Amino acid sequence: MDNVKKRAAELLKSEAVKVVIGYTMGTNGKPRAAFIQNAEDVDSLIFNAQCVQNLAVYLSKAEIKQLGKPAIVAPLNVLRAIIQLASEMQIQENELIVLGVSPDGELIDFQNFSAIEKYLEDFNMEVDAKEKETLEKISSMSLEERWKFWNEELAECFKCYACRAACPMCYCHKCAVEQNKPQWIPVAAHRLGNLEWHIMRAMHLAGRCVNCDACHEACPKGINLNFLTKLMLNDAQEEFGYTGVTLKEGNLLSTFKTNDQENFIQ
Amino acid sequence: MNEFEPKIVAFVCNWCTYAGADLTGTSRIKYATNVKIVRFPCTGRIDFMLLLKAFSEGADGIIISGCHPNDCHYTSGNFHARRRWVMFRSLLDFMGIDVRRIQFSWVSAAEGAKWAEIVNSTVETVRELGPYSDYQKVADFLKTEVENG
Repeated sequence: MDNVKKRAAELLKSEAVKVVIGYTMGTNGKPRAAFIQNAEDVDSLIFNAQCVQNLAVYLSKAEIKQLGKPAIVAPLNVLRAIIQLASEMQIQENELIVLGVSPDGELIDFQNFSAIEKYLEDFNMEVDAKEKETLEKISSMSLEERWKFWNEELAECFKCYACRAACPMCYCHKCAVEQNKPQWIPVAAHRLGNLEWHIMRAMHLAGRCVNCDACHEACPKGINLNFLTKLMLNDAQEEFGYTGVTLKEGNLLSTFKTNDQENFIQ
Repeated sequence: MNEFEPKIVAFVCNWCTYAGADLTGTSRIKYATNVKIVRFPCTGRIDFMLLLKAFSEGADGIIISGCHPNDCHYTSGNFHARRRWVMFRSLLDFMGIDVRRIQFSWVSAAEGAKWAEIVNSTVETVRELGPYSDYQKVADFLKTEVENG
């Protein structure tokens, strides 16, 4: 982490960047995001296993953009989000400096986005074995049990949209849930609206989700809503051979192959 | 007349299935009257939210139909739709929504008889499944909440 701090200080001193987005210690021993604008403050930067928030979420926020060019402390999840955002034309190479961080906190230099893409090839984005087990456990329930399970799970949701705020891929300036002509999702937190919101969220993230679990971490009710996006990721891999974030291949649902397979269309 | 008559909403594309359904009519083929057809420019335009809206507004079953692969008027709308349906269907199934109530099909403008078959078989399937009261209960929950302020 010392190298990261050193580089951050250099960048701020030379005014190559105006702000460094990183992690610092928050209250109750839980890390939070830090926006460091002075070189002398870089010592407050930290990195450990508890740094689970996906900092890439700030790259598309107007409040952060107005601070000036950012450098961003980027562990694996953030790197993936950066590449996904770049593939969706949301950020460009010259707009930010990426301070890659290995799992043990060492600085990784990336010359450009292609270098990040190449680095990511070594890390599988698959849903891990334990999570797959959970997916299978839910899938093996009867239809009624699944319906009951998700109704109960989502009953806790009070539509605070923290999952949306924490997600680097939820960057729309006007989200469909805020549209009222037509009103796609009822505003109140009741069963129908909760169900529809979580279906819509999963669908809008299908093939785009970087599997960082920031949504689940942000949820004040601890709803396992990330298993909906994990299912989508798993399906994308099984059905369409999706391999993870790439710069050029295009999003899963905005591309197609003429020989895509299905077994339910008559 | 206590027998349950399923309410089916069909989302169809303008160029193939809608024309196909037209042909069913001009060919004087009789088929179940339970279906309400909503015409779209293309299957690629059929937002998955519309399916959820159909269920919450009281549909017991849904038909989605458009041009066969390679026949899309806009060359690729149905290919995009196919991918979306694969994902959407899996998600609904995972969440306990009854995907047997949603019939996906390709019906071309020349397949008037196939359209009649699709509608008839869907009506029969849904008739056996009964009213979609599970989803209705959730949707009605909203209505009673609104009515009671």
